Amino acid sequence: MVARSLTLVLSLLLAACATVDPRLLDTEQSQVQLRSIQSRAFDTTDKEQTLRAVIATLQDLAFVVDKADLKLGTVSATKLDGYLLRMTVSVRPRGQGEMLVRANAQFNDYPVTDPKPYQSFFIALERAMFLSAHAVD
Amino acid sequence: MRSKRLYSGLMALVVAAAAGCIPDVPPEALTLQPESASLRRMQTRRFDTTNEGELLQASLGVLQDLGFELDEAESNLGLLVASKQRDATDALQITGKILAGALGGAQVPVDVTQRIRVSLITRVISASESTVRITFQRTVWNDLGQVSRYDTLDDPELYQEFFFKLSKAVFLEAHGI
Repeated sequence: MVARSLTLVLSLLLAACATVDPRLLDTEQSQVQLRSIQSRAFDTTDKEQTLRAVIATLQDLAFVVDKADLKLGTVSATKLDGYLLRMTVSVRPRGQGEMLVRANAQFNDYPVTDPKPYQSFFIALERAMFLSAHAVD
Repeated sequence: MRSKRLYSGLMALVVAAAAGCIPDVPPEALTLQPESASLRRMQTRRFDTTNEGELLQASLGVLQDLGFELDEAESNLGLLVASKQRDATDALQITGKILAGALGGAQVPVDVTQRIRVSLITRVISASESTVRITFQRTVWNDLGQVSRYDTLDDPELYQEFFFKLSKAVFLEAHGI
């Protein structure tokens, strides 16, 4: 009886210790805030042209594309310049007449959560799209 | 009271130092640079065709001639991704390692292998023309298994030779942009 209750107490203690490493799911920052930093909407319904503009922008920024899929609406690419910068961009329709572009980046071993690099990326993308980007909530 | 203030001051310093350890993305990494335009010119050629499939097939043939293996393709977006792994040993580096060893010096790592990756993108730009853009990048590993170099290859001759071979393969002249 004593042994059983001891085991119970021990397993409860162990379970309390087993929290998920926050680095696995990047849960330190508000997901909503991050999503708005990483997203912009464009006034177009052309998914293919949006993806092609994303690819052209990544090439202008000296990335090599790793993968792309028109059906899924994704492009991922890597930049090597003494560091490793990986980026995944997804494109999907939003409401009537808009495409939502979301980008997320990883710099060496860290997620990029600073708004500035994303702002720069969307400025470059606006040029390739010949359209201005709208912030999204 | 005083020791408490000292403690919180110290904690603030530790937190600031730890925050400083997270590396920032260099501001130029995602910004168009003045040299972006010349890079684009070097990496791009224009062809008098709107047949993207034919351009992709010919490009794949040239990449195969150059010893690349295909990693990914998305013909709907005009994309090919290919890579090759090659020896990266350099006689000069090895001599240096032997010399350092003979002098009883520290372990000097030498480069042993490199992976060269390319992505190639075709795009129809008008009713009669398309462009092909290719980018080469390289990762080099040393004999300790560490990455010793990450770079984008920007030797104009590399790109000239690729497009010379491609224009022969498509029986079309490659124009600058």
